[in-house]
Amino acid sequence: MKFLDQPPRFLFFTGKGGVGKTSIACATAIQLAEAGKRVLLVSTDPASNVGQVFGVTIGNNITPVPAVQNLAALEIDPQAAAQLYRDRIVGPVRGILPDAVVKGIEEQLSGACTTEIAAFDEFTSLLIDSPLTAGYDHIIFDTAPTGHTIRLLQLPGAWSGFLEEGKGDASCLGPLAGLEKQREQYKAAVDALADGKRTRLILVARAQQSTLREVARTHEELAGIGLKQQYLVINGILPKVEADNDDLAAAIYKREQAALHAIPEVLKSLPQDNVILKPFDLVGLDPLRQLLVDTAYHAQVKKSSPIELDKPSLSKLVDGIAEDGHGLVMTMGKGGVGKTTIAAAVAVELAHRGLPVLLTTSDPAAHLSDTLNGALDNLTVSRIDPHEETERYRQHVLETKGSKLDAHGRALLEEDLRSPCTEEIAVFQAFSRIIREAGKKFVVMDTAPTGHTLLLLDATGAYHREVTRQMGKTNLHFTTPMMQLQDPKQTKILIVTLAEKTPVLEAANLQSDLRRAGIEPWAWVINNSVAATVTNSPLLHQRALNELVEINAVEQDYSKRYAVVAMLKDEPVGVARLLELAGSNN
Amino acid sequence: MKTIQVFDPAMCCSSGVCGVDVDQQLIGFSADVDWAKQNGAKIERFNLAQQPMDFANNKVVRDFLERSGQEALPLILLDGEFALAGRYPNRTELSRWAGIVAITEVAPAGGCCSGGKCC
Repeated sequence: MKFLDQPPRFLFFTGKGGVGKTSIACATAIQLAEAGKRVLLVSTDPASNVGQVFGVTIGNNITPVPAVQNLAALEIDPQAAAQLYRDRIVGPVRGILPDAVVKGIEEQLSGACTTEIAAFDEFTSLLIDSPLTAGYDHIIFDTAPTGHTIRLLQLPGAWSGFLEEGKGDASCLGPLAGLEKQREQYKAAVDALADGKRTRLILVARAQQSTLREVARTHEELAGIGLKQQYLVINGILPKVEADNDDLAAAIYKREQAALHAIPEVLKSLPQDNVILKPFDLVGLDPLRQLLVDTAYHAQVKKSSPIELDKPSLSKLVDGIAEDGHGLVMTMGKGGVGKTTIAAAVAVELAHRGLPVLLTTSDPAAHLSDTLNGALDNLTVSRIDPHEETERYRQHVLETKGSKLDAHGRALLEEDLRSPCTEEIAVFQAFSRIIREAGKKFVVMDTAPTGHTLLLLDATGAYHREVTRQMGKTNLHFTTPMMQLQDPKQTKILIVTLAEKTPVLEAANLQSDLRRAGIEPWAWVINNSVAATVTNSPLLHQRALNELVEINAVEQDYSKRYAVVAMLKDEPVGVARLLELAGSNN
Repeated sequence: MKTIQVFDPAMCCSSGVCGVDVDQQLIGFSADVDWAKQNGAKIERFNLAQQPMDFANNKVVRDFLERSGQEALPLILLDGEFALAGRYPNRTELSRWAGIVAITEVAPAGGCCSGGKCC
């Protein structure tokens, strides 16, 4: 593996949830430790199974791993770090200020920014020279801070009068105000990150077009702020031998190889390693030792009886949606789980039953909406371009607020406007214009605001005012989008996920976020399931068995109402394939 | 010189960037505060989301929140005493409180009202 060649002190693995960052980080830690290096492994995975992997309980204290000499581990829970931070701010005023006020403050501090900054704060002490880390040759992280956070910390405006005086304008850095570390410490941490002699960044991806595109963006963003020492690892590639005796495996193999060939130009220059999909679970030392070793592949999996999955189809879910004759349907989930596809399939199913449907997507590729436009009589398709919406919002803010600021203040504002929340708010503004259509027909959307955004907007009343303004001066009764979203008769939210551990956990977080806003998701959709197919491939069979565990977890812990959507051989584009997708395991 | 204290509602930033729309009132007020400070006014701002202790430690503010709730913010105190609530002061009011003798008292854009909340 190239990324293991003469590694510097700090190794960061980054990539979206479920690509296998933690497994690769663990395998790397074992390899380096067994080569005689003293290694500290730091996991921030909320589903961290590092403890389970090594058979020892690890928490937020550095713990030696008895099974591997020279290895110690540490688990940082970003949610817990954020909670700790909230408690520090809110704790002293609880019981003194009215409960509603305390709740409002807590919501302000419940966004993704707070979690991210709180996690970065925990990192800081590991990145600077200190007695705590002096004994380690390598420190391995299974995550990396985002470009947004690092850029914010690099801006001089972020610090002037903010951390020093404790009063400032910065929004995304707001959480830092309550953190204790000094500017020098943050600066030292950011410097260490940008130093190629000390830090190597390893981008972890799957052989999927969308994932590779996302990784290319991460690469450019982080390279732009000085993290130029980057390596690429493509994990879980299906070996060719699997394609020989199974149609689905052959289709996946073909798709993956095509994605690898069409790898984005900017990634081509990076040193690249391919990790073949292994037929075993990555728990325990031996499997992890083998993960990064390119042994000749043997189909070691014994073939057991085929899985007979009898789970509700998407079409079944649509029965329940269709009953009301109109309403808003939103699919929600992390990037890459197939929100757009599921939204399109629901829309096509409804339209196919003769119901009037408007499908609105923010699908960046647009090819899906293109293939559906005019395909069915009752179906209209519109598209919102997230980049355009965000850009317009940005310009508006800079022209109004920005005109009064000095250069530092303006730079800070511009960075604030690059935060993920900005995009969400900008896009949701565009969507909220369309929501009103749902009184007469079905409106299906492939995005939804997080509970946090809704609460923020609702709490300030700004949302309500905005709606009032948009409704004009009519004296009609109306409801705000918040009220509409809270009413299950009017709005059905479908949480889309994959039958894998981290994606299920991420979906559960979305769900609790919505519940905080008084919104109960209507159902879950487990997409791209191998367990819902029939396969002869031993590797895919193994994967299907693993999926069953997650599908059961969803049913038991998260949502009684759910559907399982099978992985298709062909990309689900066009009416016929979307209908197949919706009903495929009837 | 009197001290003006402004108790802002919980905002994740005083620019209001994160709201549904940029609040023109806030932008105008921030500019007015800068102007007044340059003219020697003593003005302090507190954000409920970031400095809740300053709200809790001040009896006037605490009682106000108890009575009227956070929706009634902002609250403006002049030397610790209630001066204004529910809207931001305009430049004329700031000058009067701070004792700034302005050569020209320019009415803020928006005419009769200080922007936003209309008459």
